[in-house]
Amino acid sequence: MTTATEPVKLTAGLQQFIAEWKDRPGNLIMILHKVQEEYGYVPRPVAIQLSKELDVPLAKIYGVITFYHFFKLRKPGKNKISVCLGTACYLKGGEDLLHELETLLGTGVNSTTDDGIFSIEAVRCVGCCGLAPVLMVNHEVYGKVKKDQLADILAKHRES
Amino acid sequence: MNAKTVSIKVNGMPFFVHEGTTVLEAAKLVNVKIPTLCYHPDLPAWAACGICVVKVEGSPKMFRACSTPVEDGMSIITHDPEIVEVRRTVIELILSTHPNDCLQCLRNQNCELQRLAAEFGIREMPFEYNINQIAVDDSTTSLILNPEKCVKCGRCVKVCQGMQNVWAIEFLGRGDSTRIAPAGDVLLAESPCIKCGQCSAHCPVGAIYEKDETQKVWKALQDPTKHCVVQIAPAVRVALGEAFGLEPGTLVTNKAYAALRRLGFKGVFDTNFGADLTIMEEGSEFVERFVHGKGDLPLITSCCPAWVDYLEKYYHDLIPLFSTAKSPQAMVGALSKTYYADKSGIDCRNIFMVSIMPCTAKKYEIVRSESMYSSGCQDIDVSITTRELSRMIKSAGIDFLNLPDEDADAPLGIYTGAGTIFGATGGVMEAALRTAYFLVTGQELKNVDLEDVRGIEGIKEARIRMAGKEVRVAVAHQMGNIEQVLDMVREAKVKGKELPWHFIEVMACRGGCIGGGGQPYGATDEIRKKRLAGIYKDDSTRKIRCSHQNPAIKQLYAEFLGKPLSHKSHELLHTKYTPRPLYTR
Repeated sequence: MTTATEPVKLTAGLQQFIAEWKDRPGNLIMILHKVQEEYGYVPRPVAIQLSKELDVPLAKIYGVITFYHFFKLRKPGKNKISVCLGTACYLKGGEDLLHELETLLGTGVNSTTDDGIFSIEAVRCVGCCGLAPVLMVNHEVYGKVKKDQLADILAKHRES
Repeated sequence: MNAKTVSIKVNGMPFFVHEGTTVLEAAKLVNVKIPTLCYHPDLPAWAACGICVVKVEGSPKMFRACSTPVEDGMSIITHDPEIVEVRRTVIELILSTHPNDCLQCLRNQNCELQRLAAEFGIREMPFEYNINQIAVDDSTTSLILNPEKCVKCGRCVKVCQGMQNVWAIEFLGRGDSTRIAPAGDVLLAESPCIKCGQCSAHCPVGAIYEKDETQKVWKALQDPTKHCVVQIAPAVRVALGEAFGLEPGTLVTNKAYAALRRLGFKGVFDTNFGADLTIMEEGSEFVERFVHGKGDLPLITSCCPAWVDYLEKYYHDLIPLFSTAKSPQAMVGALSKTYYADKSGIDCRNIFMVSIMPCTAKKYEIVRSESMYSSGCQDIDVSITTRELSRMIKSAGIDFLNLPDEDADAPLGIYTGAGTIFGATGGVMEAALRTAYFLVTGQELKNVDLEDVRGIEGIKEARIRMAGKEVRVAVAHQMGNIEQVLDMVREAKVKGKELPWHFIEVMACRGGCIGGGGQPYGATDEIRKKRLAGIYKDDSTRKIRCSHQNPAIKQLYAEFLGKPLSHKSHELLHTKYTPRPLYTR
């Protein structure tokens, strides 16, 4: 098993992207976006490698990736469930959906099930308040969701 | 200096100030104190807390005094009921996220938040408590990080990243879950932290503080089987008095010795003796490298353990440049359990050696590597800071100010002016040059006051001729200044150019050890300058001012070590360095 501090080889795509952005202002955020696109999150060994290549302290990188909710520090599940807690969804019981999902999957918000199949996160408005409460599994939107529909939704994605 | 002045009013009082002055500084000039919390004179203002708000006539909004420059014609109101109410609300909000356990807190009576609450007469809490429960980090040998007490003022982060360029800690998260921690919430001991303790010296509350080890000392002092001995570092003697209300820079050396005897120490030694010895070893090392070409140049000093940690983490390729001589603390430790043990007929296992240091990193140094066990025992059992000693003296009921002056015990308590200036930036270099000159030329330096290496400027340079050759030296203090110096050395080495310097002194803290992370709270440049003046006064009033003239050092070599860099010296007084990773996780 490799430890976080062992050097890692970045993918060719990432290396090329870094080379392109290295000396431009605002490069850290751009490169971190690319990292998340490649890996689905920002793995610590990659962050450490970036710190060396960009000559940016690791503390600064973590300052950025913990400030913006967009960046993930843990590997997301195969299926990403986003429960909307924007104002409309919240009022229509978005939080109940979240708790029910946590119970059904046995894992908390911002974490991944042990089998790696699902991860849950809470998001703010996804832009279809008329359908509140809303949740998304990957890019599929479910509107006017009731708690008792959740098991079926999970089953559908577990099999796919 | 910008000579242009502007005309302003503070609370209706008209006066002139230099353009560029902040409202906070301007108010101070006319004896108006605007309350602050996140602001610190060592650091750039970043307007985090909002306590220093003021009004400017003609503007509907409030300005933060710390970061607002004065403008011509500005009329500033610093205090009115509305401003005071806003400030009070800010303080109340901070208090609602801060544990209400002042009585048990290490900063009790020494806390800037407590002082603000007292000044604003806060008697009740209008807001619900919302305390971030995050575990205490006590992973390092030196510092405790208690995030629950953190007020997010950010001073520690600014110090660690800006002044020190260490980047061990950062603001993580956002909003009310913001916390200060190493990257990725690893422990401080797993981070680049060099234990300099400047975070603890700048923290306004009890969120980052020295690992208090006074209980270990009390226990040893009560143990009849232990023969307790102690050494006191140069910088302690010009700052300890502050804890008892004396002016910064007041020399309290002889009262400190007396206090240590009253605490129960059987042998009272002085780290300055070790400093003189370090000069003999390091000075000889310099002569070997500079005159005889044995070893790499520039020679870099290694007395500062935070600096040692920094180099081992950040500059692996420059490790061969480091002086192998141990620090004065470590030398006195090793000798107390060998030379002193032999002389007094006490088994080293029964000697308990305590060091009083201005420094939190010294707690780390005493267990840094196996060479810190050179006597066959752990050479120094406990290292405590100036702040910890002041608490011990107070709790022992010792009336410090009225103690009689006493002397340290010979031989490990005998020192020269060269030994004492180790506590100041440039002092190690100055002391080394005084002796190196003698070692190279066989003659004494006529004027031992090497003014070029003194003072608070971040990087200092000097040249001195010895036996027809010019020695170029550099002195850097405050860790953030060292990168520039080392990068020049590295560049010269890589390109095969002439070295910019032959000898470099580095101290991690601003002003040197006198501004150490374990010194009494509240250090600013004004205070550092007073402490420096105290150190140089100790030097200039001594009869002997060069390490090689110290009779106790001569006796030590004659009786025990042989000569500098001898086999025995290497065994007891030298060490090795190891490259270390920035992060272990």
